Amino acid sequence: MRLLHFSPTKILLCLAAVALTACAPLSPSSGRASPEVLQVLSSNSLPDRTSALQSQQWLDRVTWGATDHDAAQLQQQGLKRWLAAQLSPSTAPMPAEMQQHIDALSISQKPMAQIQREIADQRLAIRNSQDPEEAAKLRSELQRQLNQLGAEAQKRQIWRALYSPHQLQEQMTWFWMNHFNVSTRKGDVRMWVGDYEEQAIRPHALGKFRELLAASMRHPAMLLYLDNASNAAGRINENYARELLELHTMGVGSGYTQADVQAMAHVLTGVGFSTREADAPPPKLRPERQGDYVRHGFFEFNPNRHDYTPQVLLGRPLEKTGLAQVNEAIDRIVASPVTAKFIARKLSVYFLGDNPAPAVIDHAALAFERSHGDIAVTLATLLSDPQAQQFGQRFKDPVHYVLSATRLAYDQRVASDVSPVQNWLNQLGQPLYGHETPDGYPLAQSDWSSSGQMNARFDVARQIGSRGALLFRSGPQQPLEKPPYPELGKRSSVQARVPALGAATRTALSQTRNPADWNSFFLSAPEMMYR
Amino acid sequence: MQRRQFLSLGATVPLICHLGQGLATPLQSSSPRFLLVFLRGAYDCNSLLVPTHSDFYYQARPSIAIARPGSADGALALTPQWGLHPALQSSLLPLYEQGQACFVPFAGSNDLSRSHFETQDSIELGQPQEGGKSFQSGFLNRLTRVLQADSQSRTSLSPMAFTAQLPLCLRGSAQVANMALASVRKTAMDEQRSQIIASMYQGSSLEVPVREGFAVQRAVQRSMQEEMDQAGRNAISAKGFSLVAQRMAHLMREQFDLGFVDIGGWDTHVNQGAASGNLANRLSDLSQGLATFAESMGAEAWRHTVVAVISEFGRTFRENGNKGTDHGHGTAYWFLGGGLSAQAGGKVLGEQIEVTEKALFQNRDYPVLNEYRSLLGGLFARMYGLNAAQLQQIFPASQPGRLQLV
Repeated sequence: MRLLHFSPTKILLCLAAVALTACAPLSPSSGRASPEVLQVLSSNSLPDRTSALQSQQWLDRVTWGATDHDAAQLQQQGLKRWLAAQLSPSTAPMPAEMQQHIDALSISQKPMAQIQREIADQRLAIRNSQDPEEAAKLRSELQRQLNQLGAEAQKRQIWRALYSPHQLQEQMTWFWMNHFNVSTRKGDVRMWVGDYEEQAIRPHALGKFRELLAASMRHPAMLLYLDNASNAAGRINENYARELLELHTMGVGSGYTQADVQAMAHVLTGVGFSTREADAPPPKLRPERQGDYVRHGFFEFNPNRHDYTPQVLLGRPLEKTGLAQVNEAIDRIVASPVTAKFIARKLSVYFLGDNPAPAVIDHAALAFERSHGDIAVTLATLLSDPQAQQFGQRFKDPVHYVLSATRLAYDQRVASDVSPVQNWLNQLGQPLYGHETPDGYPLAQSDWSSSGQMNARFDVARQIGSRGALLFRSGPQQPLEKPPYPELGKRSSVQARVPALGAATRTALSQTRNPADWNSFFLSAPEMMYR
Repeated sequence: MQRRQFLSLGATVPLICHLGQGLATPLQSSSPRFLLVFLRGAYDCNSLLVPTHSDFYYQARPSIAIARPGSADGALALTPQWGLHPALQSSLLPLYEQGQACFVPFAGSNDLSRSHFETQDSIELGQPQEGGKSFQSGFLNRLTRVLQADSQSRTSLSPMAFTAQLPLCLRGSAQVANMALASVRKTAMDEQRSQIIASMYQGSSLEVPVREGFAVQRAVQRSMQEEMDQAGRNAISAKGFSLVAQRMAHLMREQFDLGFVDIGGWDTHVNQGAASGNLANRLSDLSQGLATFAESMGAEAWRHTVVAVISEFGRTFRENGNKGTDHGHGTAYWFLGGGLSAQAGGKVLGEQIEVTEKALFQNRDYPVLNEYRSLLGGLFARMYGLNAAQLQQIFPASQPGRLQLV
C-alpha cells in the first residue's frame, strides 16, 4: 500500500537498491576464505570427520544453534571446509521465504535518508502545530514509528540469526553489536539502529577490526549514543573518547591514563554527522581549513568544531591534524598489543566459556596482532586451537538459549512472526539493542544463572516446548496450529544428544506424559544450558 | 492475614523451601533490615545536595545550578551550607525533617579509573584498592555469610536482589534470591513440573539457584496477590519505581531482610536540566519511590530498616560544554530509616570541607573524604553488632567509620 505513494522513479530506485543488495555478492563465488584463514585451518589438527555428537557441539559453538539441516551440511562438507565457508564474509542470498519477510519491513523499503527525513518532517509538524490535541496525536504517532523502526531492526536480526546460512557472520554481528553497543533507550537510536547494524557492523563482522571500529565511530547511532556528535572545541564531551579506549579497544586498566582520555576527546572534536542533503555545500570554513572538511554519507568531519591544539596520546605526540589525526590515533590504539589481548580475551570467553586457557587467548591475540586485526584469521586461530577443543562449557546467555532452542525445534521452517522470540528475549532480560550502558551485555555464567533468571528460563522453555506454534501465526487472533508444539524428539539433532544426557535428565524425561512436557523438560535440562 | 497465609503455604511446601531460612521463617518486625539502592551511571550529587554556600558552585555551573534557597525554584534549605533539590519537597524533605534521612557528602571510593563499570565493580567487590582484586564475592554476600556463620547473632540474613541479574555485591558462596519486580508474569510451570525440572539439576552447580528460583517465584506471586487485594479496595496503584518500591517493601517486611536494587540512567553528559528537566524527574521518581518504601514497610519494621543510596562516583564540578557533567570522583550518599540516630537523622554529616575551586580534587571533582567501605562497615557494625574480625571479613583492611548512623 505504501508503495502507491511513491513516484515511479522512486519505485525503480527502490527496486534497484533491493536488487543490488540481493544480487551483488553472487559473483565471485561467495564464501571463499582468505588464504590466511585456510592456512590457519590446515595447520591446526582439526578432525575432518566429526561424529554426530561432535557435529552438534561444533554447530552449537559456531552457529546460533544446531539444526538437522546444518548438521547435514557439516557432515557433507567436512569440518574444515565448512569452517572455512563460515569464516568468509558473505551476503549471498538468504532463504527466499525469510527474505520476503525482511523485504516487507519498512526499513528494507526506504533508504535511511528517507526515513530520517520523514521523522524530521514529523518533528517539524509537531513544532508548528497550533492545536495541542493534534500535536499530541502527532507526537504519539511519531513515537509509534520510532518504536517500529527499532522493532523492525530486531526482527530482521532474529530472522537472519534463525535461518541465514552464514551463521558465524550472524553470531559475530550480534557480538560486535554488543561490543560496540548502542541502546534504543536513548534518543533517536531507535531510528538509526537498523542502519548501524546493516552498514557499520554486519559488513565488517568477519573483516578488519580497524575498519569495523571506524565504521562504528562514523555512524550517527554511535555518535548520538556516546555523545560525540556534541563534542566540539571549547565544548568537550569525554563520553565517547573514554568508552572507545575502555570498552572498544584497550580495556580499562591496560595502561592509558585520564590524560589520554582527555587527549582523545580533543582529537575527536568535530567528528559528527549531518542530515543535510548529501550534496549540500559545506559550512563556511576558513580558507586554510577548507581541505579538512569531510562528508561521507551522514558522516561529517567539521573543522569548525575541531580542536587543532597538538595532542599527546599514549606517551607520544600525534603528528597529523584534522581527521587524519583521528585516523592516526585510531591506528595507534588498534595496533597496541593490549587491544589485541582485550579483543582476543573477549572472543575466547564468548565462544569457549568463562575461563579459556590462557594459551588460547595468547594465540588469538598474536593472530590478531600479526594479521593487523583480521577478525576471520583471529577466529580461525581461536576455533582451531588444540586447547579449545572442549565443548559444553559456555553457559548460554538468553539470546543463545532462545535462538538455539528455536532453531533446534523448527530448523528451516521459517517463522512468519518472530515477535514471540522478541518476547522471550525480553522476558529473559536480553532484548536486542536493549542494554542501556555502553559495556553491552555481560557474558559470564554468573551474569545469567541466578535463581530468578533460571526460573524465567524454564518458563520460556515451557512456552517454546508447548506453544512454539506461536511463530507460525499470520496474526495475533489466529488460532494455533495443531499440535501447537514442535516434535523435538523426532529431530536427529536431538536424538544425537540423548545418549550423552546425564542420568537425572533421562529419568526426568522418562516421567513425561505428553510431547509438550517432553519438549519442556528437554529444553530445561542442564545439558541444554551450555554450548 | 498475609502472615497467616504465608505460614500455611510454608507448611505445605516445606521440601522445596529448604534453602534460605528466610523463605521458611517469616521475619520479626524488629529484626534489622538493610536495603542498598545503587544509582548506576553516577548521579550528579551537586544537583541533589546543593552546596548553596559556595559562590564557586554558581560560577562553575552557569546553566545547570540549582538556585539558592529563597529564589524562584531554589533549593530547599537543609543547613546554612546545603540545600536539597526542589523537586523533592514532598518526598525526601519530610523524611529529612522527621530525622529519617541524612546525607554524607564527599563520599565514595578511592578508585580513580572514572570508569562506570570498573568503579561499580570495585565498590561491589568491596576490596581494598591496593593489591590484587578478588572477584570471588561481593561485600553483601560476605555480610550474609558472616551472619549466617555466627551462632551468637540474633539475625541470619536472608538476602534478595530485586533485579533481573544478580549484582556483583551479592555474588558469592551464600545463596541469594533474585527477581526483578517491575513486571512480574504468572509462571507457566506448575508445582509438579517444577519438581521434575529441579530433579534434573540435583548435584549440579545450578541445583541451588534452580530450587531457590522456584521458591522465590512463589514468594513474589504471594506479594502480588496482596497488591491485587489492595487494588480491589480502590487504593491508588503505584507506578514506575514506586511500584517496585512497594513490592520490595512487602518482601522485606515479610521475608527478606537484606535487599538490593539498582536504578540506571544517571549518566547526564548532555542537558541534565536544573530545577526541572531530565535529572530532576529522575531524582523525583527515586525519592517518591523511597518515600513509598518507607510507608509500605509499616512503622515498626521501618524503625529497624536502613536504606543506603549510593553511586559509583560523582560528576565534574563544572558543567561541560553540553549543559551536562562528565565523570567525576566524590559523590553524596544518602541514608534513610525510621531508626536513624539523633546525631544522624535530619543532618548532613561526615568529613566536610568548604566548596571552593581550591578544594576540588584534580581541579575537577569533589574529593572523597568519607570512604564507602569505612562508612558501610561502621553502619553494619552498629546494625548487626559485628566484631572487628567479622568486619575484616566483609571489608578487608578497612577501619569502620565513626559516624553513628544508627
